[in-house]
Amino acid sequence: MGFALALVIGVITLGTVVLFAGRFWWFPEAISEHGPSIDRQFMLTLTIIGIAFILAQATLAFFIVRYRRQGEGRASYWHDSPRLEALWTTITAVVFLSLAVLGQRVWAKLHLNAPPPGALQVEVTAQQFVWNIRYPGPDGKFGRTRTELINDVDNPVGLDFTDPAAQDDIVTVNQMAIPVNRDIHVILRSKDVIHSFWVPPLRMKQDAVPGLAINIHFKAVKTGQFEIACAELCGLTHHRMRGFLLVLSEPEFERWLQQRASP
Amino acid sequence: MGASSAPFSVSAQGKNPRILKGGKAMTQATAVHEAPKSFIRRYIFSTDHKVIGLQYLFLAMAAVAIGIVLSLYMRLRLAWPTERWPLLGKLFPNAMAGGTISPEFYLSLVTMHGTIMVFFVLTTAPLGGFGNYFLPIQVGAHDMAFPVLNMLSFWVTLAGFLVLMAAFFVSGGAPISGWTAYAPLSAVGEIAGPGLGMGQNLWILSIALFCIASLLGALNFITTTLNLRTKGMAMTRLPLTVWAWFTTAVLALLAFPVLLAGGILLLLDRVAGTSFFVPGGLIVSDKILPHKGGSPLLWQHLFWFFGHPEVYIAILPGMGITSHVLSTFARKPIFGYRAMVTAIFAIGLLGFLVWGHHMFVSGMSPYSAIAFSLLTLSIGVPSAIKTFNWLATLYKARIHFTVPMLFALGFVSIFVTGGLSGIVLGQTSLDIPMHDTYFVVAHFHLIMGVAAIFGIFAGTYYWFPKIFGRMMNDALGKLHFWLTFIGIYAIFIPMHILGIAGHPRRYAETAGFDFLTPLQPIHVFITIAALITAGAQLLFFFNFFWSIWKGKKAEMNPWRATTLEWTIPSPPPHDNFGPQTPVVHRGPYEYSVPGAAEDYLLQTAPPAPTKS
Repeated sequence: MGFALALVIGVITLGTVVLFAGRFWWFPEAISEHGPSIDRQFMLTLTIIGIAFILAQATLAFFIVRYRRQGEGRASYWHDSPRLEALWTTITAVVFLSLAVLGQRVWAKLHLNAPPPGALQVEVTAQQFVWNIRYPGPDGKFGRTRTELINDVDNPVGLDFTDPAAQDDIVTVNQMAIPVNRDIHVILRSKDVIHSFWVPPLRMKQDAVPGLAINIHFKAVKTGQFEIACAELCGLTHHRMRGFLLVLSEPEFERWLQQRASP
Repeated sequence: MGASSAPFSVSAQGKNPRILKGGKAMTQATAVHEAPKSFIRRYIFSTDHKVIGLQYLFLAMAAVAIGIVLSLYMRLRLAWPTERWPLLGKLFPNAMAGGTISPEFYLSLVTMHGTIMVFFVLTTAPLGGFGNYFLPIQVGAHDMAFPVLNMLSFWVTLAGFLVLMAAFFVSGGAPISGWTAYAPLSAVGEIAGPGLGMGQNLWILSIALFCIASLLGALNFITTTLNLRTKGMAMTRLPLTVWAWFTTAVLALLAFPVLLAGGILLLLDRVAGTSFFVPGGLIVSDKILPHKGGSPLLWQHLFWFFGHPEVYIAILPGMGITSHVLSTFARKPIFGYRAMVTAIFAIGLLGFLVWGHHMFVSGMSPYSAIAFSLLTLSIGVPSAIKTFNWLATLYKARIHFTVPMLFALGFVSIFVTGGLSGIVLGQTSLDIPMHDTYFVVAHFHLIMGVAAIFGIFAGTYYWFPKIFGRMMNDALGKLHFWLTFIGIYAIFIPMHILGIAGHPRRYAETAGFDFLTPLQPIHVFITIAALITAGAQLLFFFNFFWSIWKGKKAEMNPWRATTLEWTIPSPPPHDNFGPQTPVVHRGPYEYSVPGAAEDYLLQTAPPAPTKS
């Protein structure tokens, strides 16, 4: 029984390591400036917990075989070792807390700093099961919106056109274009329930909470088309709340924006 | 084993129950207070903690059976989303019209599976079930401190369960807002989606009832542990199971009122037009809502202030049982008893300070996220102490591979696996990609779901002979262990990979996104593993009920264990110890004591007359 259990634990451990190390399925290539730092921290963490995982399971399996009931005699009456306990408590505390501190670096850069000046502002307003995207237009200012004016057919964010700043605002549905290599400042809102803006290659996830305007910023460094998924349960077709993030070169982005500007 | 005249041994045979006191074996006299005669007072509205413990256990078994079935429906939907299952549809004629599992029904399943498992299985079985049955016996008490309160606590729990089940049958069906019921989705009524009308109201009512019941239970556990310990049962001689239940009860006492308050506010938002969690200016399904000034984040804070300690409410008793069983079958004292108790308390205390790690990307202040992150990784330290001490308990042991021991060893393995992924999720920056993906699903299922269930299985196989006076079948138990242990890993390890690939949880299918469709084969694999693993649980249920009537007769102390429950007959009499309360002379894990006649010393065994 001891051998069998040790063998099973060994096979499970090996299988797990192969599945993680083989990367048969893995995260998509990072396209944001901060993405590779998150990936590095993830790999560092995975390596450390991987070693801890292998050591713990191997020790368990080894003890199971080594100290299975056999022959005569008794177990040892050894049940305390303050020095040993102090040692492993210190080691885990140092390792875990170092990881926690290291893990704050990207976070601090993303969330403790204001969006850099000159960042392109984009407002994302989530609703069941659509992403509404708004650009401030040539004046660089978002116009006034009013809830009463919201109309899913032609005014999804409720632009108040009596405000001059609102007249050049550009609104798209499920299509979010951004220029590559430029800081983007996204203002996240929601019209109804909580949603979450999740673009895996961007390594960016942030809840959109009704009643709040949440500011995030990032910079995409690779062009292409990527999917925006909702990561917070928002109702019936949560699993189909799909938008597209188009990372374009600066001229392409300008052209894209102009095509969508109101005549 | 048998009667012996050596001072260290104890005569403890089923046929001739004796209680030991002051070195003299005393035959058991009549009960202090007589057992009730009528069937109803004895088995239904009983105030006997053992009957109540069993009632909780049977409730948890019914709940876990339903919870597993629901999870299989979910797994079928995820593996084969368009497939029709006319036969399975008969169980849910309304929700599964035409035999397909619709996305809304999938979300109902998600909600109900989570709620049933967290509340009515993981809280009910280890605490309400085993805690009720064995805490009084292990501290040497005749019953809980407040037997009537104890009875009420069970019946209110049962009412909560029935109310929850009723949600399946009301118009609109069961709620689709998940077990976390995030507002405003859960707060604005049916216009936000199916099941969010009456179904959601019943859900809140059920949880509120559960909170009240848990409070009553917690008061009982705490008072009994502090006040009803028998002579010689110092706190430092309590079995680690009692420490775990006691700490769990303290957590329950402090956490459940917060959820109760939150639930009441949520219900008021829904039915009385208040705005605790609903901000102004919302438009749901083209309708402007009249609410103003509420905060969706407030619900999350209240929910997780309860919700995180709840994780420890589920797992601490499993840790206690694992420590207890490991020591018994390693035939060694638990390593570092004081460190284990300290670790239980540290986990309990820190458990109240980390709820914010569920909310890193919620819009909460990024500064508080950093504080929550550091506190969260600190909780890894007492968890690691426990793991080290379990391993150290096995060092130079003499391991008996009984079924409860197999599950306790499995617990250690799974606790390590599930715990380590928490080191990823607890880091703010890594939580950005991992939050609300299958990585989280894998993590919490292993650490709070499966590990806790392994603790429950270890406890069941271990205490079954005491509860029913018969042994469970060993071969069936071992087969159950192998299939479950391998199956669990086959289900949950691949889920981490889904999460790394970015797969959000609570998605009814992968078809909606290009980056998800390549992951479909993993879903199929997990579903097959889940079907096999769930099938293996039938072995357990069969073994359990078959053994109640047909199992081999159990002795008083079949495992040659040391704690007080093994000094009384199997099953124990109505008032446990009779008029002769036990006197405790030593700690709970005196195995392989040098010089002792046998390799275990009951807690009641008198001290050695001379040092030899």
